Amino acid sequence: MRTLAILAIVVALFTALIFGGNYALRLATIFSMYTTLALSWNFIGGLAGYPSFATAAFFGLGTYASAVLQSSGMPMLAAWLLGGMVAAAFAGVIGLAILHLKGHYFAIASLALVEVLRELVNINDQLTGGGMGLNLPVTQGGVTQQALYFLTAMLTLAVLTLLSAGAVHRGKFGFALRCIQQNEDAAVMLGVNARLYKAAAFTLSAVFPGVGGGIYASWVHYIDPSDAFDILLSVKPLVMVLVGGLGTLFGPVIGAAAFLALEEAVWRSFLTIHAAVLGALIVTLILFLPNGLMSISRRRLKANKT
Amino acid sequence: MIYLQVLANGLVLGGLYAAIAVGFSLVWGVLNVINLLHGSFIILGAYVAFFGYALFGLHPFLSAPIAGFILFAIGYSLQATVINRVIHAPVLMTLTLTFGLDLLLNNAMLLAFKADYRKVVLEPPLGSLFFGPIVLPLDRIAVMILALLMTYGLYLLLRDSKLGRAIIAIRMDQEAAALMGVNILQTQAMTFAIGAFMAGAAGSLLSIIYPISPLNSITFLGKAFVICVIGGLGSVGGAIVGGITLGLLESLTALWFGPEYAVPISFALLIAFLAVRPTGLLGRRGYE
Repeated sequence: MRTLAILAIVVALFTALIFGGNYALRLATIFSMYTTLALSWNFIGGLAGYPSFATAAFFGLGTYASAVLQSSGMPMLAAWLLGGMVAAAFAGVIGLAILHLKGHYFAIASLALVEVLRELVNINDQLTGGGMGLNLPVTQGGVTQQALYFLTAMLTLAVLTLLSAGAVHRGKFGFALRCIQQNEDAAVMLGVNARLYKAAAFTLSAVFPGVGGGIYASWVHYIDPSDAFDILLSVKPLVMVLVGGLGTLFGPVIGAAAFLALEEAVWRSFLTIHAAVLGALIVTLILFLPNGLMSISRRRLKANKT
Repeated sequence: MIYLQVLANGLVLGGLYAAIAVGFSLVWGVLNVINLLHGSFIILGAYVAFFGYALFGLHPFLSAPIAGFILFAIGYSLQATVINRVIHAPVLMTLTLTFGLDLLLNNAMLLAFKADYRKVVLEPPLGSLFFGPIVLPLDRIAVMILALLMTYGLYLLLRDSKLGRAIIAIRMDQEAAALMGVNILQTQAMTFAIGAFMAGAAGSLLSIIYPISPLNSITFLGKAFVICVIGGLGSVGGAIVGGITLGLLESLTALWFGPEYAVPISFALLIAFLAVRPTGLLGRRGYE
């Protein structure tokens, strides 16, 4: 089931790349972005079990950092990477301050980061354009060529995120995070440096969305605070991971694909109630499938065995 | 002299803020659920007042209890049917669930009421009081007094009624409360319903002060966060202290830096409080 789902996604991606069509390219780019965000959230939210709502803060920070750097003349690629660094540094420092909080308190603190950054960007309009938004330098090339270029960039980022996630899942780092998730006090007693690992997981969950935000900004050419720091950017990745399976390696990828498919179907047919449909999806998911889509096949396997 | 005016504004605002946050704080403290619907509940209450005044000429102060009871019914049924099913799930689940419910409710309100900002304009206006150089708009004073009365009413309910004692008992030790014969599910639903009542009634009151739209439900939710964390979670006193602190803080920031700094500074203060003193100003962890 899982291999099949992954295979289907890979085939769909390649079909999009080969047979093009700008709509397919756009979808594939968004899929790569969602995958990146979901995999990143999984470091802190799935593995370490800390309910972070800060993804939008990291994404927005990367977006604005790279946009501002580019408008002061830095080349695009360097600006993206630096945007990721800025987001990572921010997460590392703020993580040390708020990661001792648990449960609701951590969730609220991470949510507040998004609000503070959005308002700061709004206020500093000399630098960021404020509520008017910011235009990015126009890139060279035709429409399809550009679309391909940004898809390649976003896809590369998604693959890099998946590779890091794989390394973390298999290594000591992932093991430590799982220990923290299950029982942090016990993990500390056994000599796990929880403070360090949590901060590292938080930083990892920031760097990829930061770079992704930079790519997104160059891709759409125009950003504004309510778009870059949209709280849905924090909630969607979390829903994707819940769909795919919390704390698993490929769950976020499958979740991102499933979520995007649903989102496209809904956007296309029910524009005015898409928020309500997303809400209904979330409620259904939490009430009936708290362990994700993959738990259906697992449940069926169990039923077959007995 | 300007500081006296700022102080007065802050205090007046603070009373209303206490009423906005106290229901949120109750639900968080007793049920351990962060109710992200709270902002939309407030807005729904404000719409009850708006339409009550526009259609029937009903004064918002009179529609406050009506809005409260409408929200009470909504809150009770939501808790009994949906939220209770996940109340013992991890934080992530309850938080995401209420977020989903809020998307539903907010979208429904957008469809029903449109995104336009509306405000109850009282005819005739209530005018203002003048104490030397200090101007106090009477409508705001009345709202503050009513909001504080409402909050005090909740305090009395929690302190003196059988239901109130049951709520406090659950907050202290749920299992022990169940053993003493408290009906847990029903009391939890009542707690959530009371939280919704406070939101609806406070929403009605603020409809004569603020323009309302489904879009600014998040503003009031954000204020509830800040008030709860600054004042200390889960007690009526904490909500009042937090509300007045936020009221003063917003007035002072507006004076010193400009009103656009009110949100980032209050949220930065929230993060600072969480990092350094998560128990809030009153310094009691949770409700204990």
